[in-house]
Amino acid sequence: MTFWRHTWTVLTKDLRAELRTKEAVNASFSFAITILLLISFAFDPTEEMTREFSGGLLWIVFAFAAVLILNRSYARELPNDCLDALIASPAPASAIFLGKALSNLFLLLAVEAVCFPVFGIFYNVRWIGQFWPLLLVVVLGTWGLTVVGTMFSALTVNIRLREVMLPLLLYTTMIPGLLASMQLTVHLLAGEPLSTAFVWLRFLIGFDVIFTALALTFVDTVLVG
Amino acid sequence: MAAAAVAVRDLWKFFGDYPALREITFDVEPGTCLALLGRNGAGKTTLLRLLAGFSHPGRGEVRILGAGVRAPETRARLGVLGHGISLYEELSASENLHLFGSLFDLPDPARAVDEWLERVGLSRVRDGLVREFSRGMRQRLAIARAFLHGPSLVLLDEPFTSLDDRAIAVLQQVIREGLAAGCTVIMSTHQIREAMELATHAALLARGRLLYHGPRAPEMLADPGWLYAQYGEA
Repeated sequence: MTFWRHTWTVLTKDLRAELRTKEAVNASFSFAITILLLISFAFDPTEEMTREFSGGLLWIVFAFAAVLILNRSYARELPNDCLDALIASPAPASAIFLGKALSNLFLLLAVEAVCFPVFGIFYNVRWIGQFWPLLLVVVLGTWGLTVVGTMFSALTVNIRLREVMLPLLLYTTMIPGLLASMQLTVHLLAGEPLSTAFVWLRFLIGFDVIFTALALTFVDTVLVG
Repeated sequence: MAAAAVAVRDLWKFFGDYPALREITFDVEPGTCLALLGRNGAGKTTLLRLLAGFSHPGRGEVRILGAGVRAPETRARLGVLGHGISLYEELSASENLHLFGSLFDLPDPARAVDEWLERVGLSRVRDGLVREFSRGMRQRLAIARAFLHGPSLVLLDEPFTSLDDRAIAVLQQVIREGLAAGCTVIMSTHQIREAMELATHAALLARGRLLYHGPRAPEMLADPGWLYAQYGEA
């Protein structure tokens, strides 16, 4: 119970701080919308072409937009040495991590929630019929992205080149998770049921479970050494 | 016999090959106030960071209140005020204190927050964002954050640096009340006069070695440079 209270405390603190400044979420939102619009106008894809590359396009946009949010996650703790105060508190590092990962998840889901209608309109893709399966895939894929990204955000927080290191580490580690998310999204946007791509769903769930367990186990070592 | 508030045994800390701390061994008894003195680069901050559990020693052992440094029960009884104020600029004064009250599992965080804002004279600006505060107000709020949970051991890293008169008075008063309640205080400082008014013990570090650790002598209070002069560090 105490663990979840600490998680909730960190989650609400991070969301409140971000919603007051909006520095990460505004940048992420602007980036995602700009890329979606530019590609739509630059290539003017047909409906069939869109179905083929929709998964790749959406998840590349989400992955790049995520870095703008994830980079701020632990970097937010650096001014005034706030990370020291968090580490010195009795809250377990895993609760602090989970609070931050959930905060990043909500922020990124908010950006994605705006991207989907824009994607639907500008690429002429009707995804609303697949809303619930798509929501499941988006939440699972985004959780993988945030749990790995938040871990690497903690790992790179004290190095000068963290803005460069985070994407390098994140994208290479995320290849299996992004691949599964892309495949599932392509299937769903083509109107196929989730059951036809069940192996990818299991793969994505496995990815999320493994990296969540690894992150919660090793985050104390990452933060304190 | 009660466990020492802090027990340090043969402590070494290396940055690369350079030993920032060498063979540090000392005890701090509960309820005492130790002024940790030394020139810049002597190893004061490194020692305090090891005591706070922010980094691991290269060799040796630290016990805080009879337990390991990173044990949850140790952290629940530890207050730390480092170089930074450890406050969030985009949160208000009361939100900052409430956050740490929750992390330290205070039974009634709201009441503790009200009490401490009153004690450090910030009740009037409780809803003001920290980024809008003056330096003195931030320092007073940082003092409240470090003492909010009634710690048994407080580590202060140069707490008097850049404080205005009011903040110095608040800090000295809070430390005095803490000591009276049985709290142990370890503070590194260059403001020897202010520190010696509170200290019951003093320690002198030079180039990572502990040159002196013992009770505060009357000469230390009368002459801030006396201890340095005794060990050729003047």
